Amino acid sequence: MSETRSMLLNVGPSHPAMHGVVRLVMELDGEKIKNVDVEIGYLHRAFEKMCETVMYAQCFPYTDRLNYVSPLINNVGFALSVEKLLGISIPERAQYIRVLMSEISRVTDHLTCIGATAMEMGAMSVFLYMIKAREFLYELIEEVTGARLTISYVRIGGLKADLPSGFTDKAFKKIAQVRKVLIECDSLLTRNRIFFDRMKGIGRISKEDAISYGITGPFLRSTGVGYDVRKAHPYLVYDKLDFEVPTGSTGDNLDRYFVRMAEMEQSLRLIEQCLVKMPDGAIASDLTGEIIPASQMVDMAKLGETENFIEDEVSLDPTLEGSTRKHHQAINTSDKGVILPAKENTYGNIEGLMNHFKLVMYGHGIQPPVGEVYRPVEGANGELGFYIVSDGRDEPWRVRVHSPCFAIMAALPQCLIGDKMADLIPTFGSVNMIAGELDR
Amino acid sequence: MTPLQTIQQHFEARLIETHDFRGDETVVIAGGLLTEMALFLKKTPELDFNYLMDLTAVDYLFFAGGRIEKRARFEVVYHFFSLKHNHRLRLKVPVEEQNPEIDSLTGLWASANWFEREVWDMFGIRFKGHPDLKRILMYEEFQGHALRKDYPFNKRQPLIGL
Repeated sequence: MSETRSMLLNVGPSHPAMHGVVRLVMELDGEKIKNVDVEIGYLHRAFEKMCETVMYAQCFPYTDRLNYVSPLINNVGFALSVEKLLGISIPERAQYIRVLMSEISRVTDHLTCIGATAMEMGAMSVFLYMIKAREFLYELIEEVTGARLTISYVRIGGLKADLPSGFTDKAFKKIAQVRKVLIECDSLLTRNRIFFDRMKGIGRISKEDAISYGITGPFLRSTGVGYDVRKAHPYLVYDKLDFEVPTGSTGDNLDRYFVRMAEMEQSLRLIEQCLVKMPDGAIASDLTGEIIPASQMVDMAKLGETENFIEDEVSLDPTLEGSTRKHHQAINTSDKGVILPAKENTYGNIEGLMNHFKLVMYGHGIQPPVGEVYRPVEGANGELGFYIVSDGRDEPWRVRVHSPCFAIMAALPQCLIGDKMADLIPTFGSVNMIAGELDR
Repeated sequence: MTPLQTIQQHFEARLIETHDFRGDETVVIAGGLLTEMALFLKKTPELDFNYLMDLTAVDYLFFAGGRIEKRARFEVVYHFFSLKHNHRLRLKVPVEEQNPEIDSLTGLWASANWFEREVWDMFGIRFKGHPDLKRILMYEEFQGHALRKDYPFNKRQPLIGL
């Protein structure tokens, strides 16, 4: 009689279905998965170490690169943690804009996740439709932040810039377009026999296991636990907005798909509410002075021709649009030790210039009190928390990011063992692993 | 009663320190008390911490330029969360520089497994009773522990062949 042995199969780290870089070593018995070893760290870029070497405000570009499908949520999470450390609050309009941008990002994240999963199961058109919908939202993000991916839009104590004029109308149009795509994709997937059979009952995890592994977000909600940071520990203006937390019941791939689809609709609702409820910003106030280019304003200030500066406005480079004096108050805290002054003040008077330099020079930046805080926000994959330890200097002593992917990836073997080898693809897709967030 | 008060009532003088800076309730205990405390946090009905949300460590070598004295070089930091009561708690355990070792919590929360591997990888703190304590983000040949304060951020190490 011949001896039977299980087979080892290596998938990744560079494999088209391994979104990003991760390596799975599977032990197979025929087609059945007997054991899985998950190896991570291929995209480790020392986020936490690098944050210890720069000032607080300089951490934002690093946070963009954590979950690079929804970077705005990372920005908001980090800013909220530092603001908690400082004990400051931000104007209501800025809070609404942060929620608005977070929800746009959540939709882009879920669209990417479902689209990529569907593509890997052969539904190429769904992928193209969903990426088209994501593009509509990226256009909005681009218009507000000036960038698509590495946006660095949020500031400690406020925002880089206010919303551009005419944004509300555009946003409503885009939301209608995204809704249309979602309905299209829903009709392509939800009653699709192939999709249904490959998702139903696959990649199951029990409620107890999910909790023990520390899983949060859509992955947890698919098991029937309605935990959402936005409801459990409301931050910004989430407690003033009306939304539901969709949950599943079985904790399999299909439920995760349903939860994500339902969450996108809730996020679109949140965006609409934000657009309607948001208090007016700069549009309400009007300055009567002329509009002067930045370089000219600096020259005039050097010569002391500053009589009319209180009424004048500076015209800025497109990347700084929306950060002039009339926008500044509406979206930023009044604490001068935290937020950079309006550009008219930096260019036009010595106090503003000093304030600016005091915040950007090493050893003079934002200096929170000695202490430690942990502040979670609801990322696209679950609870995204920043634990920051301050020693009173302008550089953080320690920045720890609790990434939602990490817990889910630790539980991945639990979901895979017992399933067939081909089930790896939908299960791994529904995890929505983002290597940037996982490996940091 | 907040979780902090419940713990203070039960453990009294065995706690090293407590604070609630910015509303984050924090308890500092000695390493010997960790397993008992973890069991207490998980099994007490009015606490019911079923989530070990986060586990990390902080290196306090020359903290604040030496102006602030710390009990020990390292502190292992646990963040607990209770789904039922919707409250949180931070638990900190000082760990000495010589022979940095602490009990593992893998038996109580499955999430501790990877978190403890990461702390071993980044800080070189060993966890007694961990089933498979090996590096997780770095590779096995990596020398040193990258998040220690005496590890230079720009240090280079030779590339490893396959």
